[in-house]
Amino acid sequence: MATEILMPALSPTMEEGTLAKWLVKEGDTVSSGDIIAEIETDKATMEFEAVDEGVIGKILVAEGTEHVQVNAPIAILIEEGESADALPSVAPPASASVVASEPAAAPVTAAVPATPAAVLTSTAVEFDWPDGTELRQQTVREALRDAMSEEMRRDETVFLMGEEVGEYQGAYKISQGMLDEFGSKRVIDTPITEHGFAGIAVGAAFGGLRPIVEFMTFNFAMQAMDQIVNSAAKTLYMSGGQMGAPMVFRGPNGAAARVAAQHSQDYAAWYAHVPGLKVVMPYSASDAKGLMKSAIRDPNPVIFLENEILYGRSFDVPVMDDFTIPIGRARVWREGSDVTLLSFGIGMQYALEAAEVLAADGIDAEVIDLRSLRPIDYDTVIASVRKTNRCVTVEEGFPVGSIGNHLSAVIMERAFDYLDAPVINCTGKDVPMPYATNLEKLSLVTTDEVVAAVKSVTYR
Amino acid sequence: MAARKSSSKPNVSAEELLKYYKDMLLIRRFEEKAGQLYGMGLIGGFCHLYIGQEAVVVGLEAAAEEGDKRITSYRDHGHMLAAGMDAGGVMAELTGRIGGYSKGKGGSMHMFSKEKHFYGGHGIVGAQVPLGAGLAFADKYQENGRVTFTYFGDGAANQGQVYETFNMAAIWQLPVIFVIENNQYAMGTAQNRSTSTPDLYTRGEAFGIPGETVDGMDVLAVKDAGDRAVKHCRSGNGPYILEIKTYRYRGHSMSDPAKYRTREEVQKMREERDSIEQVRSMLLTGKYASEDELKAIDKEVKAVVNAAAEFAKESPEPPVEELWTDIYV
Repeated sequence: MATEILMPALSPTMEEGTLAKWLVKEGDTVSSGDIIAEIETDKATMEFEAVDEGVIGKILVAEGTEHVQVNAPIAILIEEGESADALPSVAPPASASVVASEPAAAPVTAAVPATPAAVLTSTAVEFDWPDGTELRQQTVREALRDAMSEEMRRDETVFLMGEEVGEYQGAYKISQGMLDEFGSKRVIDTPITEHGFAGIAVGAAFGGLRPIVEFMTFNFAMQAMDQIVNSAAKTLYMSGGQMGAPMVFRGPNGAAARVAAQHSQDYAAWYAHVPGLKVVMPYSASDAKGLMKSAIRDPNPVIFLENEILYGRSFDVPVMDDFTIPIGRARVWREGSDVTLLSFGIGMQYALEAAEVLAADGIDAEVIDLRSLRPIDYDTVIASVRKTNRCVTVEEGFPVGSIGNHLSAVIMERAFDYLDAPVINCTGKDVPMPYATNLEKLSLVTTDEVVAAVKSVTYR
Repeated sequence: MAARKSSSKPNVSAEELLKYYKDMLLIRRFEEKAGQLYGMGLIGGFCHLYIGQEAVVVGLEAAAEEGDKRITSYRDHGHMLAAGMDAGGVMAELTGRIGGYSKGKGGSMHMFSKEKHFYGGHGIVGAQVPLGAGLAFADKYQENGRVTFTYFGDGAANQGQVYETFNMAAIWQLPVIFVIENNQYAMGTAQNRSTSTPDLYTRGEAFGIPGETVDGMDVLAVKDAGDRAVKHCRSGNGPYILEIKTYRYRGHSMSDPAKYRTREEVQKMREERDSIEQVRSMLLTGKYASEDELKAIDKEVKAVVNAAAEFAKESPEPPVEELWTDIYV
């Protein structure tokens, strides 16, 4: 009996991939364990094995096809002697587009669905580049790599170190190609010893270099917390200004997908607590690029919190020789008059989605991306709250001692008389991240919760 | 990698020997004065004295060249004086005054001098070890031929980050000398109670790092071992470990009554092994110097220390604006 071979999910956050190469052709006999295709995810090119024996009856998705959705049928496996012609018609892959070089091979022509984020880029009202600047769609991943590479070309003392940043090309492919360009002196694979290599990097910064330390995820940076806080953040003060640590600690932060409690935590509030550190947490690719370049040039230690789910999202990025965004400046994504939504990082996704939903209900939300969490652009926050008189904060981190808690206190101090309702903090739930899909979804902040919070503060 | 006993007396000039004597004496008298000022309430917080261990830093500084770096723990006053930092600036930091090396914002445990290539003064046990390897990483990256002396104690030798650092220093062949000042007590815990094997100089074996043990009460032996370590590192052979057996006469900090060892043990060390007395008798028996000449040195050192104490008392407290400076560049 014919069975469908489906596009596999090969990483926790993979939603689609490129069918890079078929290693079998129609009519070939395969047995379980044979490698039948190469599939490119956003992180790596993986070999894909047959899980059953049979004959490749029909290839449904030609090699070179991009954006093949996970679980879409990519081939039909038939039994020995069965005819491929007798196959029932199979639903085409949900969506796929084909790279230009192989148009003839396109089995389907469905349009690629744009990610919600890409749609929402058009709503930003404040830009960090001059009017008329040429824009190019780029993923957050590419933007980060370009920012690091540009700065490494500019300054010999900048180097990248971390687990799998070199020969493996980055655990999340952020440093792809950088070893080839800069060599092993400046793109340095470390052993799995976060405490040790974070300390070595801080020492190298004391010694006149500008390290970029990649943590495979910020969950592992807990091992290095002492060096980050006690050595990197405090030395400038303790030395009376004689020496500090001009460096960047970066990597994915917060929940990815289905990786459970020890690999899913948002550390924004932790680092934002520490004087001596600067903390940024961009949402868009242009912010990732502009802030990364600023972070590398900054003479202070900068915590650069990325998000695995956002790595593959595309946004407009200006085509400029030297595009930087100052640390400490928020960005108004959407102007509105009824309520201020304050968020940062992946929280922006919920804030922007909620704003769309609310608009349909006639509630006009102003959405501000803080981008920097230390220093925070309080003036932009306060000006907006004084205008809208209501505020909801949105973040994925735990509720106690959250960024939202802090913002609420500042708003109370500086805009108390302007408030028409208490500030509501939408956060992740006060639980370790569960593994089960349904519970994981519940533990994170949701768009519905943001919508409900706004309705509450606007008394709708 | 075997233990090397280096007790043979190398050739040493009168000038060198007198310098060691004077430098060690300065540390001893400085620390005694610091103890006094602590008792008077002029120095606060934690204050860890170096008395007894003077030969370690003086011997190793004699092996260093201009531009070499050093980094250590919170028991750091001796390292700073040996590196040539100004006694007044160090003492004023202890009293928390603007004239201190960190403008009074670091205190006894957190002091630095970029000018003298002294990178602290670190309060977290063992944290200076990766930092020191990082300084060496920067030197290697910049190909400047410098080496870094990374000091830590027998207590820190049990910290995990030390071994993470040994591994990376060996992989990357960093020009770092790991100096284990084994004063036999991790605060109040004797080495045999805290440490599974006694020979700390062998702790690098698993990483291919050569090590040797040195009599830390003998400044010439320390200098000799320092020369070997420096030569090894500077010629690109990667890290080197010196386990320097020493002894602190005072408690772990000023508030430590040191009940974990007998008065006799301390007394015996002072009488029989004291590093300053050893050099003093060498100077006299070898007729390198006369009693009068040594007395003159004693007087000179005392004057430096008294002036440092005066400066530390008179230097004003940092202006209140200093609370808010040096947090960011």
